[in-house]
Amino acid sequence: MTSPGVDSWQPSAIQLERESWRRRQTARSAAIAAASTLLVLGVVGGLVVSSPGWERVQETYFDPGKAVDSFPAVLAGLWMNVKIMVISAIAIVIVSLTIAVMRTTRGPIAFPLRLLGTVYVDVFRGLPLLLVIFLLGFGGPALDLSGLPRSALFWGCASLVLSYSAYVAEVFRAGIESVHQSQRLAGRALGLTYGQTLRHVVLPQAWRRVLPALMNDLVSLQKDSGLIAVLGTVIDAIRAAQIETAKDFNYTPYVVAGFLFICLTVPMARLTDWYARKQGFHGAGGML
Amino acid sequence: MSGVRKAFGSNVVLNGVDFTVDRGECVVLIGASGSGKSTLLRCANLLETVDDGVITFEGEDITDPRVNGDQVRSRMGLVFQSYNLFPHLTVIGNVILALRKVHGVAAAEAERRGLAMLDRVGLAEKAGARPDDLSGGQQQRVAIARALVTNPRLMLLDEVTSALDPELVGEVLDLLSDLKGEGVTMVLNTHEMGFARDVADTVCFLHDGRIHESGTPAQVLGDPQQERTRAFLSRIRA
Repeated sequence: MTSPGVDSWQPSAIQLERESWRRRQTARSAAIAAASTLLVLGVVGGLVVSSPGWERVQETYFDPGKAVDSFPAVLAGLWMNVKIMVISAIAIVIVSLTIAVMRTTRGPIAFPLRLLGTVYVDVFRGLPLLLVIFLLGFGGPALDLSGLPRSALFWGCASLVLSYSAYVAEVFRAGIESVHQSQRLAGRALGLTYGQTLRHVVLPQAWRRVLPALMNDLVSLQKDSGLIAVLGTVIDAIRAAQIETAKDFNYTPYVVAGFLFICLTVPMARLTDWYARKQGFHGAGGML
Repeated sequence: MSGVRKAFGSNVVLNGVDFTVDRGECVVLIGASGSGKSTLLRCANLLETVDDGVITFEGEDITDPRVNGDQVRSRMGLVFQSYNLFPHLTVIGNVILALRKVHGVAAAEAERRGLAMLDRVGLAEKAGARPDDLSGGQQQRVAIARALVTNPRLMLLDEVTSALDPELVGEVLDLLSDLKGEGVTMVLNTHEMGFARDVADTVCFLHDGRIHESGTPAQVLGDPQQERTRAFLSRIRA
């Protein structure tokens, strides 16, 4: 890397030669990468297209007319997925942070809190998400609790929140425990209480460290919001595709839904990567 | 090293540094904070890529991008100001990591050489301890042992006593004096002028990205010719 223009410096002949060599190396690496990518895609594509059942698959899964017809309904369903994702994500952060703080509290007095947190995490991490959605989605409304809505949407979201919070709580807990003890001591030495130290010293550092992992969970939540479709009454992208498919048993709407989900998650994944790289630079180790 | 330049953005840290270190020689770099002493050592170790100039090590232009930097670094030792020991390894684990993984020395032989080196720096009994359980001076001696155990042709020492308590500085400086006596080639940055006077063959004063003045310790520290050098020395003695 050179930075001309800051003073009268001009790169020497040897430096110019080095830079041109580096540029050639970069160009060569890029060319090799591009060629190998094309080769792999070509081979995979060729294998699929030349398979004996390809024509039938193409007609049932990749029907352009059907895709265009079903697109508006599936897209409207996807908007429901986005809403479910955003609302659930906010609730998950609150619940999981509470659980993580409960689980990291020290001292014998906090034993019930720790026990409660541990049991919660064990139970909801152990239960398959689909099972939780079935149990709460159909069982929740049947409870007929006063003050709580009986809609499948509410209980579906509740299932997502309960299940995901168990995972995310563990991520937060790892983050909290990765903050060195000396940071807590420094906080307490300034006269901050346990809670203030947690709030102003430990959690900000923990948050920064686990954010890439959390965004990974958010991408996952985006997809799993589609599982609420099994309740039947929430018209999300998958349920919408199901309805469209049922009209003539052409499965193209599922491919449309899949495509839209990818369009939704790819930007999120790139954002996660970018953030992880940015953070990774001053990650663990280093100073103490 | 000739014409070495390194800039970070618009901040030109090194702007045409020239100097030579002979085998067995000890060169001490002095200069104000931010004068580029650490950057110079990192460039010499190829941890930073220079923007211009040539660094020759054992007859080879190591600034050539075709050179394998890992291979070059395996023949040098670098010791950091803040030790940078690996906290997940024991003391002996730190010392023998490069022997085992870079130099391919067998476990038993690496262990033997590692222990001998720890004995050499006076810490044989701490071999099984974790770096966190050692004092700063002990940690820095482990760091020196870690760099030295692979028999590097050149030792680079970056303000190795700056993070230490005054009473611990002595143990590290004594070790370096011994190494000098054994003919280890060294380049080091320091703020310890007394030590520079005792151990250096050549003292280089770094200012404005260049070697502003260099010579024997008696010349540079005792009778500086340049205005800037005098100003710097009077400031740190005050």
